[in-house]
Amino acid sequence: MNDAHALAGDPYVAAFPENRPFWEAAEQGRLLLPHCASCGQFHWHPRPRCPYCRSDAVRWKQAGGEGVLHTYTVIRRPGACYVLAYVQVTEGPLLMTNIVDADPEHLHIGMVLRCGFRATAEGRHAPVFRPA
Amino acid sequence: MGFHHPAFIAGAFEHPTRHAPDKSVAQLHAECAHGALADAGLSLDDVDGYFCAADAPGGIPALMADYMNLRLRHIDGTESGGCSYIAHVGHAATAIAQGRCSVALVTLAGKPRSSGQATGTEIRQIPPERPAAPFEQPYAWTVAGMYGMLARRHMHEYGTTMEQLAWVKVAASHHAQHNPHALLRTVYTTDDVLASPLVADPLRRLDCCVITDGGGALVLVHPSIARSLKRPLVGVRGFAETIRTNEAGRLDLLQTGAAVTGPRAFAEAGLAPADVKYASVYDNFTIMVALQLEDLGFCAKGEGGRFVADGNLISGVGKLPWNTDGGGMCNNHPQNRGGITKVIEAVRQLRGEAHPAVQVPGCDIALASGPGLVMGAGHAHATVLLERLP
Repeated sequence: MNDAHALAGDPYVAAFPENRPFWEAAEQGRLLLPHCASCGQFHWHPRPRCPYCRSDAVRWKQAGGEGVLHTYTVIRRPGACYVLAYVQVTEGPLLMTNIVDADPEHLHIGMVLRCGFRATAEGRHAPVFRPA
Repeated sequence: MGFHHPAFIAGAFEHPTRHAPDKSVAQLHAECAHGALADAGLSLDDVDGYFCAADAPGGIPALMADYMNLRLRHIDGTESGGCSYIAHVGHAATAIAQGRCSVALVTLAGKPRSSGQATGTEIRQIPPERPAAPFEQPYAWTVAGMYGMLARRHMHEYGTTMEQLAWVKVAASHHAQHNPHALLRTVYTTDDVLASPLVADPLRRLDCCVITDGGGALVLVHPSIARSLKRPLVGVRGFAETIRTNEAGRLDLLQTGAAVTGPRAFAEAGLAPADVKYASVYDNFTIMVALQLEDLGFCAKGEGGRFVADGNLISGVGKLPWNTDGGGMCNNHPQNRGGITKVIEAVRQLRGEAHPAVQVPGCDIALASGPGLVMGAGHAHATVLLERLP
């Protein structure tokens, strides 16, 4: 199955055609963030019009891929144990995410994390973070 | 007594059930409506304004209005999650002041307990068309998980301890022991809370509210009608609502919508936190009570953990009698929506009809406040200040 087909079948991609470049970059392991050319700020989650200065000069910009752990929780469910977190990326915004490849006991607020991508059941690849 | 109250709460009813497998949601709504109207000394024939939220069958006012065969001049289906009914109090008071209606009925009902819903711990299903959905759905967040993250951040920033937050449950349980309808009537200690299983680290099971079937209703009336009825006069003195956005990723996770609705409601009422004799503050999770008490101005930001500790929220013991029905923590959280029960207990306190063991002497000013939807994922907030007139 090629990538375009996987993305086309994902209802969370289909619902927001304007976000398609984000998911195409994610397939290639690149994190894009919406950046406003008018006020210079990044925001999250993406909108085509800047939520701060209201300009429509929002463009995708490749992010550095680093962030710090802002807060987290360990969710334990039958057959699953995972870390839900907010990560503040270097560019500024807080992103909800999962922390992967880490012992929950060794997590601490403020630790430096690196972005990676994980395939979702629906077809797109979602950014996740692991210890840098 | 210069204050002009636009409307009065003449009827308040909390359904006694906590488990109703043999009743429809529509029937529960109607039973709550009858209960609140009977409390006011009115009937369905008097109602000309109807207010409900997404828990009403179909999620709109029309179907329950049809079911109860109401004759309406004014409808309001504002959906703000659990605080919708606090918002409805403000909306109804405004509508009454504008002459849009004179007897406003607000109802809430639902059956999450008998349908086996694990509200806080099941993965939140997020429809694809919601703007944040593509960027939240992959992470399998749960409601308890969201508030667990807030609790951890508060501990990190302010040195709050889970033992301090456990006092929220302890205070609620001290009140619930006197409420024969409360789902949990056990008196808990902080040790009990800290020994309960982890749900979303650092939150434990007893940091969470209960899941109950049931509902409630309120009746707001024009001042001239209020004075013709035999019930104590409980006036709406101040109101505010807001949507607390995520500020497009730049949010302070620890600031609730109460930072907006608290000051605005107090300003409208011409009152301050020190005037409040009783406070109903929505308690879906222990941490949320601490956050809101800070934002409402009962203590400084960051002091919420220390403020709720050592019984400070227990009626007759602490400085701020709070959720004297047992709250969502122990008494009731019908349809996972705690807004209406917050108003109902505030009305009981102002009337002097709370349980004698928890009744606040001379209770003349009460606050009811709460969030709706989920903190961190875009939430609403509403606050109302109520006053007992002689």
